[in-house]
Amino acid sequence: MATRLQFENNCEVGAYSKLTNAYCLVAIGGSENFFSAFEGELADVIPVVKTSIGGNRIVGRLCVGNKNGLLLPHTATDRELQHLRNSLPDQVVVQRIEERLCALGNCITCNDHVALTHSDLDRETEEMIADVLGVEVFSQTVAGNAIVGSYCVFSNTGGLVHPHTSIEGLDELSTLLQVPLVAGTVNRGSEVIASGMTVNDWTAFCGSDTTATELSVIESVFKLREAQPIAIVNEMRKSLIDTYV
Amino acid sequence: MAWGYILGFNNMFGSSGMAEESGMFRVHQTIGSVLCCKCGIPMQPNAANMCVKCLRSEVDITEGLLKRLVLVHCPECESYLQPPRSWVKLQLESKELLTFCLKKLQKNLNSNKVRLVHAEFIWTEPHSRRVKVKVRVQKEVLNGAILEQSYPVEYVQQEHMCESCSRVQANPDQWVAAVQLRQHVSHRRTFFYLEQLILKHGAAASAIRIKQMEQGIDFFFSNRSHGVKFVEFIGKVAPVRSRHDRQLVSHDPKSNNYNYKYTFSVELSPICREDLICLPPKLAVSLGNIGPIVICTKVTNSIALLDPFTLRHCFLDADQYWRASFKSLLTSRQLVEYIVLDVEVVSSEVTIGGTKYRLADAQIARLSDFGKNDTIFNVKTHLGHLLNPGDYALGYDLYGANSNDMELDKYKGLVLPEAVLIKKSYEEKRQKKRGKPRAWKLKSLEMEVDDKGRVDQDKMLSEYEQFLKDLEENPDMRFNISLYRNKEYQPSEMASVTDGDELPSVPLEELLADLDLSENEDEEDNMTE
Repeated sequence: MATRLQFENNCEVGAYSKLTNAYCLVAIGGSENFFSAFEGELADVIPVVKTSIGGNRIVGRLCVGNKNGLLLPHTATDRELQHLRNSLPDQVVVQRIEERLCALGNCITCNDHVALTHSDLDRETEEMIADVLGVEVFSQTVAGNAIVGSYCVFSNTGGLVHPHTSIEGLDELSTLLQVPLVAGTVNRGSEVIASGMTVNDWTAFCGSDTTATELSVIESVFKLREAQPIAIVNEMRKSLIDTYV
Repeated sequence: MAWGYILGFNNMFGSSGMAEESGMFRVHQTIGSVLCCKCGIPMQPNAANMCVKCLRSEVDITEGLLKRLVLVHCPECESYLQPPRSWVKLQLESKELLTFCLKKLQKNLNSNKVRLVHAEFIWTEPHSRRVKVKVRVQKEVLNGAILEQSYPVEYVQQEHMCESCSRVQANPDQWVAAVQLRQHVSHRRTFFYLEQLILKHGAAASAIRIKQMEQGIDFFFSNRSHGVKFVEFIGKVAPVRSRHDRQLVSHDPKSNNYNYKYTFSVELSPICREDLICLPPKLAVSLGNIGPIVICTKVTNSIALLDPFTLRHCFLDADQYWRASFKSLLTSRQLVEYIVLDVEVVSSEVTIGGTKYRLADAQIARLSDFGKNDTIFNVKTHLGHLLNPGDYALGYDLYGANSNDMELDKYKGLVLPEAVLIKKSYEEKRQKKRGKPRAWKLKSLEMEVDDKGRVDQDKMLSEYEQFLKDLEENPDMRFNISLYRNKEYQPSEMASVTDGDELPSVPLEELLADLDLSENEDEEDNMTE
């Protein structure tokens, strides 16, 4: 199920949290509401960790990760790195990378198998992504935008991309990612999708401005209605483009 | 009524142009469709990601825009108030009125960051006192979507009479400035001449009333500056002195407003053309011992004086005249007709101020004496170039005159000439033409006649006739005057048979065609066609 929530009266929940199939990072906020919403949904399955990265609360935009690993920018402090290593499950590799473009969440997006990256990333970074996250790396753009991390969100079951993506672009991306994709919006027409929501294979969190229409698109493309944390492993994926629209 | 649509978006497919320019292969892009975030209908993606209907329900770009304004309108002169105080005359449904209306709206549009793209009138009944304008505006809403919408603006005409109209309504001939033009002489020749000058220069075009008074004319103006301008004009064409006074009509001590009536008293010098003058001794000395018996040959803003016995001449400007004012010894009404018996030229021809003179000794006799006694005078005259034996001439009879001039008494031992000839007389020749109309005519100012000053009509007519004759005889007097062709005049064949010495007349080429735009004329023209 998709949940609507706010971070301190701000609907950009994707910026303040990072959700994967193996863990969830949440920003340290003034009130516990935001954390509690994640905790209530996920506490039984995966650890929910409060953290900051380089002293910043926009953890979702600064780091990138999946069930295999977590990449932190060079601005992350040693203590934060240590804290995350202690908090996350043992099989998750936490790694800090020396990359000039340190908002990794904006430049990279991935599921457990594939990653899309900004075209200006270093070769070493791309290798590191492939090693740490265990994914195939593709340098791509979404609707003409290089910051793929901001304009698309996808899990192992489906994905939502920038509303201006053309049919051909959608086709190309879903072939690369091997998941069904749909163009859409969150937060009442916002096209910065990754800021407005965060998703894993069985649940999603959206900004509270998200309308019912948007929510229904999200739930259907990410197949959240029937999704259960256990069922995911056996899910078969096909390459197909859903045309909800 | 109001409708709208999304016109354009910023940052949409921003990089597509670059690829085309570099000649790279480019995959054809089909614009997909997304669901409207509010109502869920499929639509082309736009900046707000909302369908037009939802967008319109979400934002109203005409919010905060004025929909009802007031136009202050004067019902009398059909003009509109342009704040703060000017009034502009505008027609309903005219381009100018639309501009005027939109100007009132512009500030409001600018403050709302709305762009005006189109405006047109919606027809309303003229007496409904409403002007309706349909305005189409554009505004950027919700991250870059430009929404266009049209809405009607209603202007309510508020009837309020403008200042000048209300003044006219209250009292049609309410004047603010009056110019009283006076000349203390027994004839009106100067005013006939001034009338023509004023007409030619349109100096009294702004006068609301002109009144003929005894020894002068009154001009009334609705504005002080018009009066001042008129006084300045008179000062340029005649030697005048003026003073002005004002009378307080009303005053508002709170706003420090004073409402005055201004009166300008303008006095013309009594010296006229052809007057005989005895200069005061001091003035005669200061002018280089001229005269002291001189004649005035011309009056403009200065007075031209000529000594008929020596042909010396000088000019007195208004300042000089009024510093030591004097009166004429004899005026043109006292001219006496002489017959010239013999002329002996003394000097060669001299040109003074555009006119030719020649000093001569003349033997003359009064016409009244001629054939009765043998009184003959030998005088010097400046008209040697005109006079021939047997001609008639007009002059002042100092021999028979009984003058009691103060200035004349100051000169001890001054021997007065027996006569001073002023001009050649054409009276004999004129007898033939009597009763026939002239080939030209003059315009006249519309003047009210003051009832109190009993102006003798016959006297005035004869003076006017004399003025017309003067015009014919003096080309330099015609210089500043517009003469118009007289349509009634039919040149007769008899006129071609004339003797050598012709009567002075106005050449036809000097005349102006009269521009007459009366309706009667047009009708007549149509009938003849």
